Amino acid sequence: MTTLAAQKPGQAEPRWSHSFRFRAVREGGVAVFLALCALITVLTTAGIVLVLGIEAVHFFRKSGVGLLEFLTGTVLNPDLDPPRYGILPILWGTFVVAAGSSLIALPIGLLSAIYLSEYSPRRLRAILKPSLELLAGVPTIVYGYLALLLVTPLLRAVLEPLDWHVEPFNALSAAIVVGVMIIPMVSSLSEDVLSAVPRSLREAAYALGATKFEVSTRIVLPAALSGVVASFILAVSRAIGETMAVVLAAGMRPQITLNPLTSVETMTAYIVAVIGGEASVGGPEYLSLFAVGMVLFVITLVFNILSGVVLWRYREEYQ
Amino acid sequence: MNRTATAQYEPRRLLRRLAGPLFGLACFGATLTGVLVLTVLLGSIVTTALSRPPSFSWYALGANVGKLVAYLRTLAGGLQASEPARAGFRAGIAGSLWLLGLVAVFAIPVGVGAAVFLEEYATAGRVRKFIQMNIANLAGVPSIVYGILGLALFVRAFGLKGLALGPSLWAGALTLGLLVLPVVVIATQEALRTVPQSLRQAALALGATRWQVVRDHVLPGALPGILTGTILALSRAIGETAPLLMVGAAASILRLPRSPFDRYTALPVEIYNYAKEPNTAFQAVAAGGILILLLLLLTMNASAIIIRNRSRQ
Repeated sequence: MTTLAAQKPGQAEPRWSHSFRFRAVREGGVAVFLALCALITVLTTAGIVLVLGIEAVHFFRKSGVGLLEFLTGTVLNPDLDPPRYGILPILWGTFVVAAGSSLIALPIGLLSAIYLSEYSPRRLRAILKPSLELLAGVPTIVYGYLALLLVTPLLRAVLEPLDWHVEPFNALSAAIVVGVMIIPMVSSLSEDVLSAVPRSLREAAYALGATKFEVSTRIVLPAALSGVVASFILAVSRAIGETMAVVLAAGMRPQITLNPLTSVETMTAYIVAVIGGEASVGGPEYLSLFAVGMVLFVITLVFNILSGVVLWRYREEYQ
Repeated sequence: MNRTATAQYEPRRLLRRLAGPLFGLACFGATLTGVLVLTVLLGSIVTTALSRPPSFSWYALGANVGKLVAYLRTLAGGLQASEPARAGFRAGIAGSLWLLGLVAVFAIPVGVGAAVFLEEYATAGRVRKFIQMNIANLAGVPSIVYGILGLALFVRAFGLKGLALGPSLWAGALTLGLLVLPVVVIATQEALRTVPQSLRQAALALGATRWQVVRDHVLPGALPGILTGTILALSRAIGETAPLLMVGAAASILRLPRSPFDRYTALPVEIYNYAKEPNTAFQAVAAGGILILLLLLLTMNASAIIIRNRSRQ
């Protein structure tokens, strides 16, 4: 194209049309390739649903367990005769760890978000925010190791003298490390929505004589509530799906207990236990991991969708 | 003003005055937990890695650093072993680096491609909204579910012998690739949105085709953002353990992988195997492995930050 002037008049026309044809093909090809890339993300979701669905149906066929029995059974032990596949113990374990970690992470995460958005001097914020992001990037296996190395021994040192027996693997230690793990997520997401609240709203409140505390808790927080709640839901969903920290800290004993100092098994830990054990490929125990995976996927999906709904439905718009 | 009027205009004045600083302090404390956790985490891991004899007093910084570096080098050279003194992470490091490369080969083109499609090609409408929502939901799927997907799809291919990859590097890399794909797509989309619309319009007005606009103008402009997002996504892939356990990263590999179809193990998987050993002598080994992993991640994150800062200038 750049050598237009150098071309002989007679050759110019075919050359141009050739390049147009080539270009049209290339344009079309690129568009198709890019669309395929986007399609892969859709296929991933379809793949997850299909794989979990098909193998879960296999599980129910092979094991002879009914759906109701699976969802409401209180004993989970594939080694019994006949094997029992009740999912309640691992649902309970997941609930205990998720609830415990939320009790730690949600208040701390929210307070630190308020600090970063309302109180912190700009320079301090420039240090604190990246360090929180750094914390969010620490692999979960590290937190699991920390539970074994530090948290459980600490719990033992504190609680054993009070005559509370702390098992080497326990739910409390898992809840603590998972809670610490999701703090950066809560604070970072909440901080984003808090700082998005328009400045004029704060200034109006200050003009009416409100203190900083009142502005933060009665003006900014309510205005950003939908985003804060959405970040809470996402964090809980993350705690539900967390695997390595829980496997290392909470152990693998499926039981329904109110004592957080004993070992529990979460859904994720059950899946790891099955794949790490001696279950034969294609057998009922092996297939049960897909059924449990389906339940886990559905629960986290519901939480994620819920978070999106809260964010959009209850959003306060200020323009 | 008399007293009653003051009381009327300044109700609970002391309480209001006190609440502010107290609340601010509580918020500050909450923020510090993050920094505290980071300190405790690194401190305890370094201490554990240094717990082997000979021990120096804590203020002998030079001696301790020297010992730590020497220990990490020993670990980086050793293979999986049943005795702590000979244990190391050589196979895991090699496996993780292989995975890093293979995940990049798969996830970067596909992720950037999908983002370019959504931002530059797809017209706003139901299809785009659906894909967008789907990507947002994928980002929230637990990593172990991706592991299950990889197990059924890549490792066993639903029992089709010819297609099944087995517990090979490719199976692990494709699984991790799908896992980080939403992150790459979202980061790339954000980078593409920062390229001014006028640039596209100018190029189109000069007769450039859509792909020429993207290739010659939009992508170069968005490159720093894309690189930063991609590196962060890859560093997430490197730290993942659960999906690799599902797709068969082996417990003990004594031979380094030579091709993408070889069996493998990864650094976090080896850390997990050492960490769950009841023998406490393995604690130092696991701590050393974690330090190597964190160093790797720190290098990646630092390069992402440098790229981000460079592009701002």
